[in-house]
Amino acid sequence: MAEAKLLSGNDACVQGALAAGVRFFAGYPITPSTEIANAFARELPRRGGIFMQMEDEIASMGAIIGASCTGTKAVTATSGPGFSLMQENIGYAAIAEIPCVIINVMRYGPSTGLPTSPSQGDFMQTRWGSHGDRPVIVIAPYTAREAYRETGRAVNLSETYRVPVIVLMDEILGHLRERVEFRDEDLVQEISRKGPEPGKPFLPYENTEDGVPPFADFGTGYRYHITGLIHDETGFPTNNPVEVDTIMRRVNGKLDMHIRDIERTRFVDADDAEILIVAFGSVARSAHEVVRTLRNEGKAVGMVRPVTVWPFPDEDIRTAVAGKKAVIVPEMNLGQMVREVERVVAGAVPVHALNRIDGLLVTPHEIRDLVEDLL
Amino acid sequence: MGEIHEKYLRMDKMPHIWCAGCGNGIIMGAFITAIDRLGYDKDEVAAVSGIGCSGRITGYMDFNTIHTTHGRALAFATGIKLAKPRLKVFVFMGDGDAVAIGGNHLIHACRRNLDMTAVIFNNHIYGMTGGQFSPTTFKNKNATTAPYGTTDPDFDIAQLCIGAGATYVARGTSYHARLLTDLIVKGAEHPGFSVIEVITHCPVNFGRRNNFESPAQMLLWQKEHGVAARKAKTMPLEDMEGKFTIGELYRSTEIPEYLEEYGRVIQAANEEKKS
Ligand SMILES: Cc1ncc(C[n+]2csc(CCOP(=O)(O)OP(=O)(O)O)c2C)c(N)n1
Repeated sequence: MAEAKLLSGNDACVQGALAAGVRFFAGYPITPSTEIANAFARELPRRGGIFMQMEDEIASMGAIIGASCTGTKAVTATSGPGFSLMQENIGYAAIAEIPCVIINVMRYGPSTGLPTSPSQGDFMQTRWGSHGDRPVIVIAPYTAREAYRETGRAVNLSETYRVPVIVLMDEILGHLRERVEFRDEDLVQEISRKGPEPGKPFLPYENTEDGVPPFADFGTGYRYHITGLIHDETGFPTNNPVEVDTIMRRVNGKLDMHIRDIERTRFVDADDAEILIVAFGSVARSAHEVVRTLRNEGKAVGMVRPVTVWPFPDEDIRTAVAGKKAVIVPEMNLGQMVREVERVVAGAVPVHALNRIDGLLVTPHEIRDLVEDLL
Repeated sequence: MGEIHEKYLRMDKMPHIWCAGCGNGIIMGAFITAIDRLGYDKDEVAAVSGIGCSGRITGYMDFNTIHTTHGRALAFATGIKLAKPRLKVFVFMGDGDAVAIGGNHLIHACRRNLDMTAVIFNNHIYGMTGGQFSPTTFKNKNATTAPYGTTDPDFDIAQLCIGAGATYVARGTSYHARLLTDLIVKGAEHPGFSVIEVITHCPVNFGRRNNFESPAQMLLWQKEHGVAARKAKTMPLEDMEGKFTIGELYRSTEIPEYLEEYGRVIQAANEEKKS
């Protein structure tokens, strides 16, 4: 591949999605995600795909779920206020197990907030934003190159596990332009959901061994029913407690069964570090910079960067923090991922939150000061 | 009729959840009769519904069926139709579903003119939640959320859809079942977004609270108040007071169907790519 391009994070998401076979986009404009809609509007018709500007984000979510029912890979993109509006239908996609990808370019909230400022305030919302227990995969890239590759992976994970996948960007990452050198490992594969086995009776919500039932695309001869009511293996509503328990445990447990395939955590000088920084998204760019400069000065600092942020990489974090002097969790919010880190670390190592909520990026300087205090 | 039921309904899902005397079964019967007449292959039909008593219809019919979220059926249907235009897409909604929570989606579906058919079950009440007033409940009616009578003015769904740009709009009733089948057939054959508003009766949550003694009385009310659109044109306005028109109310072939227009977008994009 080895090809260099100047790409913004938002454009990289679009390119990655297209490479993974996305042929449908529905969305509603909102800063700082709008360039994604613009790019899909340009690119999809060229590939015989559909770009649809819907009347709002609720409709956008509905439309991508509908498109996905026919077997078409479908994406939407939004930011804070729009992401809030999508929550009911994200829950629908989760329990009806319809693949779809939502790109959320985080901006400062709540409410209209600071529309052009970055934030990481939706970290918990991506996981818990819908009512009820629902599974979700959330992937947070930190460069344009990674936005390309990880959006492609998001599409593939969604197809493989029949689960909504959220690509968690932020304003900085969406709008920055950087030189991206694509290498062979950036090649995005095209993976599609598994279909019914010919000759075998089709159970749309079968309790399969791998936790993922086969998906029959609408219009392929399998006439079945999809509903957001809790359903049995046939797809029809049930309130039988045993059946309800069974499907809820399968749907919410299926990702755990494949956690090694879903998780992706990156380590920078973590092994011999005394101080470990846990960061994601654009804040991880600052953290990376700190590790680079302090290592040059011979200081034992490292970083753990969850790329798949949900399911939270419990094992990776637990192993990485063992024996460290302290852990720092810098975030552009009042402390969201730090709660997960504290849960996993469970008091074994002191955990320090570093929070910035003035609409600006956590700087390398701030992180560095804290590291030096703790060393 | 029995044969049609066997052919198009999921008989193993019977009995349905609708109350005795409810109009929804009549609408479902009219619909499958229409599909039979249209001769559509069941595999090629997608039936999409919202949430409410009416929304349950998709579970009983043997097509590609999806019961979505309250008010959002048209959004899901839009995705299905655009992604697989070959499918015949039908959307079933209640009055609350279609013109309260889903009102925004309805007017935009009318405006876009994508080739789908919406069947709106207008029972003038929120059935599923137990009898709260809806945007189509007439003034001075009783509902659980209007114990002193409703004060809100009501929507005329068919007029709303005509105003929003739907290219085929009709109104039927659960009393005039044969007419309803005709209207659904015509709506389905119409190349564009078609709406069939169906005035139907909810004896339990509307009738009981509003001086109707039986489902039959509610059907009689429909018979007495539904006036054929063609006849209404010749009647003095004051004779139409409190009545409503039924039949085909509007049809236009001037506005292009959405996917036809989108074909031009694809063409333009490909020409740009080549140059
Ligand atoms: C977002 C949301 N709000 C409220 C409800 C509760 N709810 C379920 S059905 C319904 C209204 C039903 O009335 P209508 O749409 O007229 O359909 P009907 O039951 O009369 O057929 C409501 C308010 C819901 N399911 N979802």
